[in-house]
Amino acid sequence: MSMTLEHVNCIYSADTNHSVHALKDICLTIGDGEFIGLIGHTGCGKSTLVQHLNGLISPTDGHIYYNGEDINAKDFNRKELRGNVGLVFQYPEHQLFENDVFADVCFGPKNLGLDKKEVELRAYEALHSVGFPDEEFYSSPFELSGGQKRRVAIAGVLAMKPKILILDEPTAGLDPQGREDILELISDLHRNENMTIILVSHSMDDVADYAERLIVMDHGSILYDDVPQEVFKNVRELERMGLAVPEVTYIMRSLKRNGYEVDDTITKIDDAVEQILKLWSEK
Amino acid sequence: MVREITIGQYYDEESVIHRLDPRVKLVATLVYIVAIFVVDSIAGYALVALFLAACIMLSKVPVKYIVKGLKPVMIILLLTVVFNMLLTPGETLFKFGIINISKEGLKAGSTMALRLILLITGSSLMTLTTTPNNLTDGMEKLLNPLKYIKVPVHEIAMMMSIALRFIPILLEETDIIMKAQMARGADFESGNIFKRAKAMVPLLVPLFVSAFRRANDLAMAMEARCYRGGDGRTKMKPLKYLRRDYIAYAIIWLFLAGCIVLRILL
Amino acid sequence: MGIIKTEKLSYEYIRRDDEGNVSGVTRAVDDVSIDVTQGEFIAILGHNGSGKSTLAKHINAILTPSEGEIWVDGINTAEAARIWDVRQKAGMVFQNPDNQIIGQLVEEDVGFGPENLGVPTDQIWERVEESLKLLGMLEYSKHSPNKLSGGQKQRVSIAGVLAMHPKCIIFDEPTAMLDPHGRREVVRAARALNDVEKITIVLITHYMEETIYADRLFVMDHGRIAMEGTPKEIFSQVEKLEELRLGVPQATKVAYELKKAGMPIPDGILTRQELREALKACL
Repeated sequence: MSMTLEHVNCIYSADTNHSVHALKDICLTIGDGEFIGLIGHTGCGKSTLVQHLNGLISPTDGHIYYNGEDINAKDFNRKELRGNVGLVFQYPEHQLFENDVFADVCFGPKNLGLDKKEVELRAYEALHSVGFPDEEFYSSPFELSGGQKRRVAIAGVLAMKPKILILDEPTAGLDPQGREDILELISDLHRNENMTIILVSHSMDDVADYAERLIVMDHGSILYDDVPQEVFKNVRELERMGLAVPEVTYIMRSLKRNGYEVDDTITKIDDAVEQILKLWSEK
Repeated sequence: MVREITIGQYYDEESVIHRLDPRVKLVATLVYIVAIFVVDSIAGYALVALFLAACIMLSKVPVKYIVKGLKPVMIILLLTVVFNMLLTPGETLFKFGIINISKEGLKAGSTMALRLILLITGSSLMTLTTTPNNLTDGMEKLLNPLKYIKVPVHEIAMMMSIALRFIPILLEETDIIMKAQMARGADFESGNIFKRAKAMVPLLVPLFVSAFRRANDLAMAMEARCYRGGDGRTKMKPLKYLRRDYIAYAIIWLFLAGCIVLRILL
Repeated sequence: MGIIKTEKLSYEYIRRDDEGNVSGVTRAVDDVSIDVTQGEFIAILGHNGSGKSTLAKHINAILTPSEGEIWVDGINTAEAARIWDVRQKAGMVFQNPDNQIIGQLVEEDVGFGPENLGVPTDQIWERVEESLKLLGMLEYSKHSPNKLSGGQKQRVSIAGVLAMHPKCIIFDEPTAMLDPHGRREVVRAARALNDVEKITIVLITHYMEETIYADRLFVMDHGRIAMEGTPKEIFSQVEKLEELRLGVPQATKVAYELKKAGMPIPDGILTRQELREALKACL
């Protein structure tokens, strides 16, 4: 179960004078059960890239294979693909439309052509896995708080039982607690259901704590594709792109510059505290 | 998809026509439309076409761009011509089975097509050379006398200009919601007309919700910036007639007079 | 009396059912008394639903108190006849950059406020140019707002408020929908207006990093002022902030953890520079 992109290019408004080369020769393999952070500033092509992964946009050039099958081939079952590759858009609560929460979450599985019992079972499971309270199942999605709406919207995609879950800026506009809750939820899905996760973000702090692999995009190309520690070594380059590294990494770097023996690729607060305390006790 | 319709979309260029006061262009367009229906001879149509060609040349808008904009209305145009040809009784030219094309029908059809092309090209030239904001300003000023019979002229103009500002935003939003629902397996493209209409619900409901939310926000933002209707309001860009505007008025009235003369003489 | 003064201000949202009967009352702001001096930079921090936006809308007279009173530059906002004076003196920048721009060109939007105030045409142009210059947006004056980035749109909105020559600007979560780069643009603009133009700033946000430059910080919770003080005083109380589900900047968090483990680190560290100095002193 994997996804492979081979020399994918995407050009918007190709034959006009305002054409945009949104993706440039992207080659990528997404393995089973990975947790990938996809990072880049606004307009770097990350949203365009993820929309290729479930066939919403077809590449101008190049091929995308899911389990070895070309997803843009004529006889390929696109609908099944969209069930397997779930995409949660930015501000997903804006697509809620049904009278009650439960019906809205049923929309996805119903479109997959499942029978009623299976649809409802999946909706129920999905709402449970996002921690949505039972007694609110039949309230209107428009009357929930921002954080709750977002959970419902994510459940709407989870109910399709995707193997790969892509989330485009899932924490945008939420307060710190809401952000943490959503990120914890995603991390749980990865751990418990072994779902492949692609987390798209422009905030390093969001992805640093969770992702096992970071892909940094700039001007439609992949600039880095490595474990977070390695990527964060390129502080200068990242800053040039308007992407700061996590605050703790900066702290460790400045310590190292001042001659202390510390690991300057640390991205988590706990690790940083541990190292500094070790230095202090050795003094 | 939706964004490919370019008919009448403002084309930025420096030209005399672009610089004319929007009121002149509005009046001129009305006069021009009247002229199209005044003339009834080949010489008359030639005069109108010549006038239009001169305006297009002065406006520096590429003919290619205008023709491209006409494409979406081509079907309507063809239908009108065909219906006119088939449904006008008269001397038979061709006959295939029950289909009967008469001489009068052919004439009526081609006249109608000519008029429509002149009409659409002429009026789209106005929107091609006038920014939407300028246009609403012009309309507000022209319709101002209606204020005395309690027509809310300022409010209508404000509504139009807000609508114009939000069209691109809502189009983009439509695109995103459509994709988001497609990611949940929605199908907007297949099935019969009823199925397709039903498939629009997941698109239209969120779009309405969002439009109302935006309206609410915008109203608050406008009030916070002291907006309280047209009274006591000054203009950043007040409309003022210049010499070129008076000359343009003279030309357009002369043109109409010419058309009337041709109608009487021929 | 300061530029903004509230006394026991409370605001209740009243929900009604289909027949118009009162079905519930939410006390969004509860007994808030604050006094802001002309030229101060105030930040209000709180998670979603804490009442901070409701409070902000009172300063601009969009809402008037259910109980208690509020004065802006000495004017009681309940005086209906002077509502436009209040709105001219206290301008407001909102969260969604798209939903507050009225003009189709940048300059037309900035001119919208002065037009409403009945400012003569030539002075409108002066104000527009001056405001756009201050926000660094003069070169975009003939652009359509739709083509700008989020941060640029917010700068246009700020210029639009500035052109009304207010004494005070309230920023109601202006950064919630922006990327990190846009967030920095907006906060920098707010600080510059305070430093250079001496305009009183009220910044409402749920990003604590944005509040560290404020003269005074209020933390709101359940409609009440839960904490008040300088950023240093507030961020020394890490436990209390975490209890309010707000968290602290990463540098503060590291300092706090180190201190808890016994290191002699001073209280109230806000930036990584401060932490670096503190670490140098004890390592």
